[in-house]
Amino acid sequence: MGRYIARRLLLTIPVMLGASFLIFAMVYALPGDPIRALGGDRPLAPAVVAQLREDFNLNDPFLVQYVKYLGDLVQGDFGTDFRGRDVLETITQRLPVTARLALVAVLFEIVIGIVAGVLAGIRRNSFLDNVVLVSTTIVVSVPILVLAFVAQYTLGLRLNLFPIAGIREGWYSYLLPGLVLAAGSVAYVARLTRTSMAENLRADYVRTARAKGLPTRDVIVRHTLRNSLIPVVTFIGADIGTLMGGAIVTETVFNIPGIGRTVFDSIQAQEGAVVVGIVTLLVFFFIFFNLVVDVLYAVLDPRIRYE
Amino acid sequence: MKLTKRRGAIVSAGITAALVLTACGGDDNGGGEGGTAAEGGSYTLALYSDPENPLVPGNTSESEGAQVLEALWTGLVQYAADGAVEYTGVAESIESEDNQTWTITLNEGWTFHDGTPVTAQSFVDAWNYTAYSPNAQGGSYFFSHVEGYADLQAETDDAGNIVAEPVADELSGLEVIDDLTFEVTLDAPFAQYPVTLGYNAFHPLPESFFEDPEAAGKLPIGNGPFKADGEFVPGQGFTVSKYEDYAGENEAQVDTVEFVVYGDIDTAYLDVQGGNLDISPDVPPDAIGTAPDEFGDAYLEAPSSGFTYLGYPTYDERFSDPRVRQALSMGIDRGPITEAIFQGTREPADAFVAPVVDGYREGACEYCELDVDRANELLDEAGFDRSQPIELWFNSGAGHDAWVQAAGNQLRENLGIDYVLRGDLDFPQYLPLLDSQGVTGPFRLGWAMDYPSPQNYLEPLYSSAALPPAGSNYTFYTNPEFDELIAQGNQAASNEEAIEFYNQAEDILLEDMPIIPMFFDVEQAVHSEDVSNVVIDVFGHIRTAEVTVTG
Repeated sequence: MGRYIARRLLLTIPVMLGASFLIFAMVYALPGDPIRALGGDRPLAPAVVAQLREDFNLNDPFLVQYVKYLGDLVQGDFGTDFRGRDVLETITQRLPVTARLALVAVLFEIVIGIVAGVLAGIRRNSFLDNVVLVSTTIVVSVPILVLAFVAQYTLGLRLNLFPIAGIREGWYSYLLPGLVLAAGSVAYVARLTRTSMAENLRADYVRTARAKGLPTRDVIVRHTLRNSLIPVVTFIGADIGTLMGGAIVTETVFNIPGIGRTVFDSIQAQEGAVVVGIVTLLVFFFIFFNLVVDVLYAVLDPRIRYE
Repeated sequence: MKLTKRRGAIVSAGITAALVLTACGGDDNGGGEGGTAAEGGSYTLALYSDPENPLVPGNTSESEGAQVLEALWTGLVQYAADGAVEYTGVAESIESEDNQTWTITLNEGWTFHDGTPVTAQSFVDAWNYTAYSPNAQGGSYFFSHVEGYADLQAETDDAGNIVAEPVADELSGLEVIDDLTFEVTLDAPFAQYPVTLGYNAFHPLPESFFEDPEAAGKLPIGNGPFKADGEFVPGQGFTVSKYEDYAGENEAQVDTVEFVVYGDIDTAYLDVQGGNLDISPDVPPDAIGTAPDEFGDAYLEAPSSGFTYLGYPTYDERFSDPRVRQALSMGIDRGPITEAIFQGTREPADAFVAPVVDGYREGACEYCELDVDRANELLDEAGFDRSQPIELWFNSGAGHDAWVQAAGNQLRENLGIDYVLRGDLDFPQYLPLLDSQGVTGPFRLGWAMDYPSPQNYLEPLYSSAALPPAGSNYTFYTNPEFDELIAQGNQAASNEEAIEFYNQAEDILLEDMPIIPMFFDVEQAVHSEDVSNVVIDVFGHIRTAEVTVTG
């Protein structure tokens, strides 16, 4: 499996190169002049504008700009944004925040989603199954923005259970936004687990296990659940990458200074260096977590072998 | 999974990556825990975006950065909350016999937060640094009136490429006389010069700044009532504490202030309601209707220097006739728009100069009043083609859609001219279009003053010297008579005399109408019950040193 992992990791290099090139090209293609916008209503002095254009290689043709950017990048220099902030510093400040948010969200997915799914799957058409069905339908159909505001208003402001905004209270601050961010995925994980469990419970090997006289708990946990988790793990793995990049709404409403908001702001300000730096990293995470998922397959299903 | 040595290395690389992630995650948990309001004389204040980092006075022109600098620096002069110039800053006196050579004398005893004294050299070094174009400081043009400025600007070709380095790195118009005195020579007389010097581009910098400007931008060292306790964390904020050796009169009333960055006004407002934030220096538009009832005395309103207008592309044949420009302005009833869309938080504009400055004349603009009959007459006289819709331009995503549309509806109803909204460009596209005479109809822009003088509302917006790309005269209006009156005002011997000339210059605009004056801004803020004495000044900033903690 080591060779498999190494090959997969090596594969990330061309993928990241391609991704950074595409993103760089897209930001480059955006109309407008970011340096001009720095001054706002009041233009900057012409020589200052010229200096900034030179500092950021903006007068070079596209390919030259990209090659210069890559050249700096391989030396570990992510460049600076137009306001003089170090991009790498921005990333190292913001990424952990979003990583923590995503971690909380994934924990919710695993704990709530799988438990609800398993219970609903075992007791199909029971009252509990219906509760899961109805509640997941509601959660999936409500836009995340609405969900965020409702949660913030009721649980934060009215009941005062959670901080309304910010991350000043440590991990506790991440619970509410994490739950909101996870909501849709929790529902999806629950439904996926339920279906998967229900199917596998009818499978021959489960019937065999039961016939052998194994205790029900062992049949469910060791035989059924283990197999049922394969699609769920696939989904959660892919979802981690999505959560990292897709937290814009949650981060805005709950004032979480993470990567999602930064990407959004940077695209608006045409901060190419920031966008490319962050998105390339996100691509890396996406690939990395997918790799983790593939490795987990082998753990869940010993028949799967990578060589 | 059985790991051999070789395989183990690869796996451990993955684990290390994961550990790095979590390790980075651990370090910024501790800092903010003491941030609860009102303990030991502390309060929290919201910012609505990151300041322009680095926090350098000469490179900060937007409001959030200026709010932070307000706490960290004190300039040569200060402005009263109503805009009057006060000698409560570093300058003891700013004097001139000919309004061209100015002698600036500093008060004794001022120190930077690192303990070093504030001297004449601190100002001269800072100004040279800001003006020198390779340093790419946004405030560079504030020194364009100082003798020798051109020598500090890199030479550029038509395409904007730098072809030669500047020939000098010090302004010849600046001269240090002794520790507490320096002399500034301008390229032309400018009687209002002392008024300008409270702006943050003119703030002093300590010696340590020039050793490492990058580090100083993260951990600013100023001479103001508060000093930074640590680096500003983008997206989060930082805490400043009272500077015990502050030499000014308005020393800080509290021990610490925490600046907290909010990405969204609504969230900040909710946090004040929930008691987790002390001051929100702005109120979301949706909440303006209910905020006065909900907050009572803790809801504040104050006039601001902000001014919103619709500029005419005077280079466009359709808008080249002043009668057309007068008529369109008279076709808009501003009152109902301010009520319906801004809930009374803006005032209909009735002059080219905002009410917050000395020299504002109430009701100066006769074409700013709705007069449908006269407007229609003027349009007929000028032979305006009403069959063609006019295009109304504004930048997208900044909340201008509603009022521009309302103005368009009024033009349609009152004058029978249809309109097309052109609000799909962001600022990075919108501004270059204005520079290049690309807009085809009235365009929205705003203006906020740098220093309280009518000159700051007139010269940068309508003078020939301010034509793009050098200045903000996006209407491309030029009138030698106007330029001459501004020059005379700048050279006037006294402030009263200067204002007379500026008023005359404004009179010319009031006839020529290069813009449609629309609104004057009103600032709103809300605060918690734990703080009092919250004052919004004419720049829309909270006076951080004056706030007291009561709870």
